Amino acid sequence: MKITVKLFAFLRQGRFKIRDCDFPEGTTVGEVLDFLSISRDYMKIGIIMINGRHGVFESVLHTGDILAIFPPAAGG
Amino acid sequence: METGLTEMLVKKARNGILPWSEQAALVQATGLSLREVEAAALQLGIIPAHYSSNQGAISITEQLKLLNSRAAVIGCGGLGGYVIEQLARLGVGEIQAWDGDVFEEKNLNRQLFAQIPTMGKSKVLSAAARVEATNPAVQLIGYAHPFKGTEDAKRLKGAAVVIDALDNIPSRLLLARVCKELQIPLVHGAIDGWYGQVITQFPDESTVEQIYAHYRAGQDEPVKPPALSFVPAVIASLEVAQALKVILGRGDLRRGQLLAVDLLSMDIDTLEIGS
Repeated sequence: MKITVKLFAFLRQGRFKIRDCDFPEGTTVGEVLDFLSISRDYMKIGIIMINGRHGVFESVLHTGDILAIFPPAAGG
Repeated sequence: METGLTEMLVKKARNGILPWSEQAALVQATGLSLREVEAAALQLGIIPAHYSSNQGAISITEQLKLLNSRAAVIGCGGLGGYVIEQLARLGVGEIQAWDGDVFEEKNLNRQLFAQIPTMGKSKVLSAAARVEATNPAVQLIGYAHPFKGTEDAKRLKGAAVVIDALDNIPSRLLLARVCKELQIPLVHGAIDGWYGQVITQFPDESTVEQIYAHYRAGQDEPVKPPALSFVPAVIASLEVAQALKVILGRGDLRRGQLLAVDLLSMDIDTLEIGS
């Protein structure tokens, strides 16, 4: 299935801003993160949005989904 | 307003603008504070010269509203320095500021009030000195300790807006809770390397809490993130723009949205968070 992955801030470094990816049916958000070598550590994952709605690591993705991952900054 | 002061202000103003020297002389002559003289001038439609370039972008009435407003800045480091500087230059009458730290050499790359002469000195006291030199009509009320619970929350009462210039998640979550309890709008900003974010939230919103939803209390704080000179300057400027609009009650505050700033890709993205 084809999904679109959008990354923000430092997650883009060495990866991409936006990319259409092919994953097997039933793939979860967590598995996409693992595939992209993005740690599930709390500082790395702030917001997971699937088609503009909040998702979790266990959310199952479907064809055509837009998955956005934003790591919140915490410095000042 | 006493007639004498009105007459003096009208007499001293040139084309509706009151020069600094005349303003200082009026303080001497009347025993009033700078802020009182400025408020009296603005009520007459006379603009203190150092605010004259604000006019057109904001009205005289709005300038007076700023002078009669209080903003609270939590943190006087990278974000807080620029936030305080800009609030003072805008003419926000009272600025409360919290920070328990002293300046260290590692702050010199980005913190506005960090200079060789301020090394080892209190960030709050340095901020107060800077404000006094930049706009002495503005009062900086400094607290040289980190923002904590009940006592500091009480001090926030009456603030028109609270600006988050903190450097860690637990303090930010505490601040968001306090602002809800006190029903004060919160402007959140945070930075990391080339990146930063801004959120403006009202007491009935939880956008800040949502972006840190994966944080668990007691989780080890990571190493302090890197920060380049222009990143806190940009994020702080966006925070002040939002704070100004909160005080004045106009413009678009992008409620429920996160403004994601990427200065490496030079993108500003808007993410809908609140729902």
